[in-house]
Amino acid sequence: MIRSDKDLWAGLIYVFFGSIAIIVGRDYPMGTAFKMGPAYFPNILGALLMFIGVISVVRSFVLPAAPIGAFSLGGVALVSVSIFVFGFLVRRAGLAIALPLLVVISAHGSAKFRWGPTLAIAVGLTVFCTLVFVKGLGIPLPVLGPWFGG
Amino acid sequence: MDLMNNLLIGFQASASPANLLYCFIGVFLGTAIGVLPGLGPTATIAMLLPVTFVLPPVSALIMLAGIYYGSQYGGSTTSILVNLPGEAASVVTTLDGYQMARQGRAGAALAASAIGSFFAGTVATFLIAAFGPPLANMALKFGPAEYFSLMILGLAASIVLAQGSLLHAIGMVVLGLLLGLIGTDVTSGVQRYTFGIFELADGIGFVTVAMGMFGLGEIIRNLENEEERSLIISKITSLWPTREDWQRMIPSILRGTAVGSMLGILPGSGSILGSFAAYSIEKKVSKNGHLFGKGAIEGVAAPESANNAGAQTSFIPMLTLGIPSNPVSALMVGAMIIHGIQPGPSVITEQPALFWGIVVSMWIGNLMLILLNLPLIGIWVRMIMIPYQYLYPGILVFCGIGVFSLKNAEFDIYLMGLFGILGYIFAKLGCEAAPMLLAFILGPLMEEYLRRAMLLSRGNPWVFVQRPISATLLALAVLALCSVLLPSFSKTRREAFAESSA
Repeated sequence: MIRSDKDLWAGLIYVFFGSIAIIVGRDYPMGTAFKMGPAYFPNILGALLMFIGVISVVRSFVLPAAPIGAFSLGGVALVSVSIFVFGFLVRRAGLAIALPLLVVISAHGSAKFRWGPTLAIAVGLTVFCTLVFVKGLGIPLPVLGPWFGG
Repeated sequence: MDLMNNLLIGFQASASPANLLYCFIGVFLGTAIGVLPGLGPTATIAMLLPVTFVLPPVSALIMLAGIYYGSQYGGSTTSILVNLPGEAASVVTTLDGYQMARQGRAGAALAASAIGSFFAGTVATFLIAAFGPPLANMALKFGPAEYFSLMILGLAASIVLAQGSLLHAIGMVVLGLLLGLIGTDVTSGVQRYTFGIFELADGIGFVTVAMGMFGLGEIIRNLENEEERSLIISKITSLWPTREDWQRMIPSILRGTAVGSMLGILPGSGSILGSFAAYSIEKKVSKNGHLFGKGAIEGVAAPESANNAGAQTSFIPMLTLGIPSNPVSALMVGAMIIHGIQPGPSVITEQPALFWGIVVSMWIGNLMLILLNLPLIGIWVRMIMIPYQYLYPGILVFCGIGVFSLKNAEFDIYLMGLFGILGYIFAKLGCEAAPMLLAFILGPLMEEYLRRAMLLSRGNPWVFVQRPISATLLALAVLALCSVLLPSFSKTRREAFAESSA
């Protein structure tokens, strides 16, 4: 019987990352304690992390804890998608397209979303960021990218 | 007087009109972003770091120091006015600060915090100036074994101070160390864990991780429970404390400064421990102890002084040893490296103007704070009132542009997005991100020193306990970890964090 889903999932994540460290690390030379190869330290850490993960999983059957609670899938999805879309578009379509999209998509994550103020913020931020970051600080981002002949 | 001479060098380096202006901008921006809900100093510095890249090194670091103090003070302001601490260190300020504000004494609370912070900052500046050089001298005798053990101690301290389960704090540290190893191995030139992705050859940038886990992750968490923030006072009258306030807060400021300065030097602690300790000591020592939690000015002055003193003395290990002791100083180390300065004991002798310039600029930053923030409190109040739903899309925009500008790589934007998701998941699972970030930065350094130490000892692992300084540091680390298991300590730790999560 699982008593703490927090411990269970955290433990599984540790085991996952620990095993990746060891499995992928097999491609690199191990070396010796005297002359450590690139795989030596990550292997120690990977084994340690798996060990901690196993303890955490075992503990999840023993020690009760507060449940994780509702997982806000919508919030995660909107915030991360808005960032990925921004990353993909910013050099191709340009800041003037990517930035307003980031604002509009991510703003849907709030229960109090309203179109009017959101659009105003999108326009205001686009003007501000173009002036400060692109013109002022010289960050090499196109205002209108290659997709629009920029 | 060596001390005075050194400080004079610092003043010459940092007090130029241009640098004062950068310091001013830093304090201003830092406070402006620090008062926004959900943005602590780590996220604030990570967001503003790219802005400083265009400046010369001394100016950049002065501006960063200003941002740091500004964001910390911003956190105190929100603690007092809306009961929302921006970071763990200002949690205790909410206990009495918010009560004072409810009684219409917000002005006095804000002034107590500012005056206490300024005094503490001044004392801590002298401490850095006094203890920096001898410590750096000692550090020059450090071999790889000592450095390795020192980092173990720093990580142990960050584990002890992490919120929640000890097991998960250790897990996060090990995970952080592993993530730090991604990229090209310096010794062998082998590309590790890059999965053939070209952008990973240089490793993952710490700013990317910090912005993802502290910036994005926090936004997702805030969206989960959007609550109304109500500002209880519309106007702040009479900032200046009364005569009675002064009499009550001066001893508290002195004690808070002493406690904070001492605890701040410990690697891994920063200012959190100091503010908690100062509050509980003050509660016992002060003759107004029974008023604590009901709006006692001592309960604001002591932890705020300790907080600032600790924030500043925590730079001692960073400046003298080159080892960051918390995420904030790690960001500063990162900034120094980007400007071509390798922090460490040699900075004092090789670049005295830079070293003393930073030390003095910390004090100037504190001075700016007190000059700026009390008169500008009206602006900060208005910033606190910006509704969150209009605020966070803007934060995302600044994170996106900021992380891109680090290496002009869109890959970093995706990576930040991934760390944002990871940060949210870990927060849900009760695993704290701060120890992970520290470990992430120390990972490659630790491996490097471990390798060198083992090379020198011809593969004998006992070298770490045979050398006296290294053995002492390791013993301290073990002691720190064991202290958590003591019933009395673990009770205090739970209570302290229970207050912070309430």
